[in-house]
Amino acid sequence: MVVRKEQPLLFELGAPGRRGCSLPPPDVPVKPLEELLPARLRRGLPLALPELSEGELVRHYTALSTRNHGVDSGFYPLGSCTMKYNPKVNEELARLPGFAFLHPCQPEESVQGALELLYRAEACLAEITGMKRVTFQPAAGAHGELTGMLIVRAYHRSRNDHRKTVLVPDSAHGTNPASAAMAGFEVKEIPSDERGLVDLKALRAALDGDVAALMLTNPNTLGFFEEDILEIAEAVHEAGGLLYYDGANLNAIMGHARPGDMGFDLVHLNLHKTFATPHGGGGPGSGPVGVREHLVPFLPVPLVERGEKGYYWKEDLPLSIGRVHGFYGNFAVVVKAYAYIMMMGAEGLRQAAADAVLNANYLMERLKKSYDLPYDRRCKHEFVLSARRQKKMGVTARDIAKALLDYGFHPPTVYFPLIVEEALMVEPTETESKATLDRFAEAMEEIARLAEEDPKRLTSAPHTTPVGRLDEVRAARHPRVCWDGDGGSS
Amino acid sequence: MSGGRHFLPLTDAERREMLAAIGAASMEQLFDELPAEVRLKENGLKLPPPLSEMELRAHLGALAAKNMNLQDHPCFLGAGVYDHFIPAVVQHVVGRSEFYTAYTPYQAEISQGLLQSIFEYQTLICRLTGMEAANASLYDGATALAEAALAACSMTRRRKVLVSRSVNPHYRRVLQSYLEGRDCLLLEIPLADGATDFSRLEAMLDGETAALLLQQPNFFGLLEEELEGAAAMAHRHGALLVLSVDPLSLALFRAPAEYGADIATGEGQGLGSPPSFGGPLLGFFAARRELLRRLPGRIVGETVDGEGRRGFVLTLQTREQHIRRERATSNICSNQALNALAAAAYLAAMGPEGLREVAELCLQKAAYAREKIASLEGYAPAFPGVHFKEFAVKLPGSGSRLNRHLLEHGIIGGLDLETYYPELGPAMLFCVTETKTREQIDALARALEGWL
Repeated sequence: MVVRKEQPLLFELGAPGRRGCSLPPPDVPVKPLEELLPARLRRGLPLALPELSEGELVRHYTALSTRNHGVDSGFYPLGSCTMKYNPKVNEELARLPGFAFLHPCQPEESVQGALELLYRAEACLAEITGMKRVTFQPAAGAHGELTGMLIVRAYHRSRNDHRKTVLVPDSAHGTNPASAAMAGFEVKEIPSDERGLVDLKALRAALDGDVAALMLTNPNTLGFFEEDILEIAEAVHEAGGLLYYDGANLNAIMGHARPGDMGFDLVHLNLHKTFATPHGGGGPGSGPVGVREHLVPFLPVPLVERGEKGYYWKEDLPLSIGRVHGFYGNFAVVVKAYAYIMMMGAEGLRQAAADAVLNANYLMERLKKSYDLPYDRRCKHEFVLSARRQKKMGVTARDIAKALLDYGFHPPTVYFPLIVEEALMVEPTETESKATLDRFAEAMEEIARLAEEDPKRLTSAPHTTPVGRLDEVRAARHPRVCWDGDGGSS
Repeated sequence: MSGGRHFLPLTDAERREMLAAIGAASMEQLFDELPAEVRLKENGLKLPPPLSEMELRAHLGALAAKNMNLQDHPCFLGAGVYDHFIPAVVQHVVGRSEFYTAYTPYQAEISQGLLQSIFEYQTLICRLTGMEAANASLYDGATALAEAALAACSMTRRRKVLVSRSVNPHYRRVLQSYLEGRDCLLLEIPLADGATDFSRLEAMLDGETAALLLQQPNFFGLLEEELEGAAAMAHRHGALLVLSVDPLSLALFRAPAEYGADIATGEGQGLGSPPSFGGPLLGFFAARRELLRRLPGRIVGETVDGEGRRGFVLTLQTREQHIRRERATSNICSNQALNALAAAAYLAAMGPEGLREVAELCLQKAAYAREKIASLEGYAPAFPGVHFKEFAVKLPGSGSRLNRHLLEHGIIGGLDLETYYPELGPAMLFCVTETKTREQIDALARALEGWL
């Protein structure tokens, strides 16, 4: 039995007068503070920050870290997120002073190595996706989608075409419709057919002169490759629309096929998924956008170019959508992704994708006996089970997820995609061994058995975590998002 | 031999066994449904040959060595990214792989570490800004300001946004891209002596104005003086006041809440994250309590488990894209969680005393540098007024040429303002933080003196 206890907040630790850092005295002649900081501009509010010694601070965060599960802690088959192992050398390389301690506004001649790295990384990603140019400004996948949609908009407007509709399949990530809406588009959903693929008939019916783009994830969120992709591309282009590739699932096919060859006009990638950079507890990620030749003029500025005197920033792009980030995006993440690509090489990437697909199919084959598999066909890097059989016994997908915590596994993504009832979306990735997959399968099978024999054990799970199942409804009804002392939070 | 084998645990024997288990004859067969026209052959991608870890270190080490870094060369650039001291303990905290190899804490019971640390971060941001609600982070200061503008537009159902020309020009460019999407209009309030010309404000505000966007200290490092009046004027017209602030300045200078701001945003990179050539950065976003449900992105809230034990969860998720899709408050999903963690650890390490000391060091050193440079022949302060850690200087010649001259002396100079503000003529924005020594400032002054 685990001993459960709360970890005090930073604000409940320490004591007045304590501090966790040392700073030097001023080495310049000091002026009276009032002279530099007139009373009318002076802070009146108390500066209520924690007061801890360095040791207390380290204990606090070490305690918190033990209450957290990362890829380094154990299996993390969170569907659609590609939680693969993050190489350690990349962390060290991104922290080299020659990368970490560069200012984005330094003169070009003083940052030739950084520009060269961006240039080389761009070339690699352009080759992997079959695109002409790539921008690294977007800081995450959704940011890439927004950038892509702004490019779509600018492209059509440059042709004096004011198309208003963006199509997304009903299996799409929520970011797709949200990003399209942020770029001013109206969103229309395309249903999936009985294969779990885009319903080609419905798509053709929806395609008209108002469609600016179709946003497509391929393989899709059910884990299936859209095998009609060439017909889809032709139909979208015939209607004058653009085809957008959501790269969330590129891990399944890198080195085996390229979005550009399939007819996609622009793509975003998630370096934190496909290219092994850590997810950082929710970020930073990186969502570079690649485009084919006809969309290059609309890319955000600046772009890295190579000239006679070395690498330089090109700002002059009259049709550009402008900037989408204060500087050049999450550079340190690009360093890590580039390092990963350089270690893998073309064949390593291809092998990684194949292993990811093999791992997913192996798990799917085994788990389809204990759980319903709504679409039973060869998957790519992930697959979606349904807990509808277990639900009849009172055990939901959420209960199964919570029960998995007691086995030391991070659960699959639950309740997504929306088109599968009680969805459990499993993405094992290529960096897991067969032994780990077998252990996970055993846990899932045991949970399926318990659903029949002892459902209460599951509906009350988890039992071994630092806290029990948390009351999300209460959190939303009476939101406390900021601690305000003895009275609790506001 | 293919690269990256040390990341791929499957052996050939296991692959064969697993292929047999799923009824596939070969690895190639796993991709059978891909149209033949698009299938790549082996070696189909033209990438450089794979490197071992040793070769990789050499390759990236060589690239890093081609850059002049801020640890080896004094740098007087600011403009939104700052070279502040980072205590070792901060890197130790963000280097814990239980944090950095996790993703968004969807499964609260095994993510209490991250959730609690984000809750603490939100509280710290509220305390600094004087606001009552903060989110878990946005990409950077620029996109945080853009999200605030969008939030104001959707809240007021208005489509006009006023931004001062004293706001960071890169931020204004991002604003333009973001507002363009929503068909909102961005109008610029002109400058007077390096600060917002508030005499123009009344005429620009109207019943269509959603928000007034200002920066404090502004892009020139100058403290805007009329903010309370501006807040009152904006509110009279039903518009929101959004302030983009430097969090370190808040140790000394008035907090956004004290001016009557509705939303406070800003760049938090200076709180424990290295400059990293401009990213990852940290956008923070805080607001009055009434705006809680308008906040973009993730928010962590406090709750209890079945036995009444305190715990933390992602909350108010019905605002977000994965639930509300095209009607979400924003499309943001991944954010800058690890930088938020760094900021929280940094603020906790500093405490009130340390943070005030850092801010005072910036204030004193920047004042020393400003005076020193102003005393040189041909140089003059561009604007009067109260400054924090940045200041603009009129130059005797072009800023880009000056920077080349400074590089020859091993010094990374300031920002050439003429590119962004041609109306100023030759001018440079210098930033002096606590990491600059008197010796380095004096060396800068000597190099400036010897130029032309």
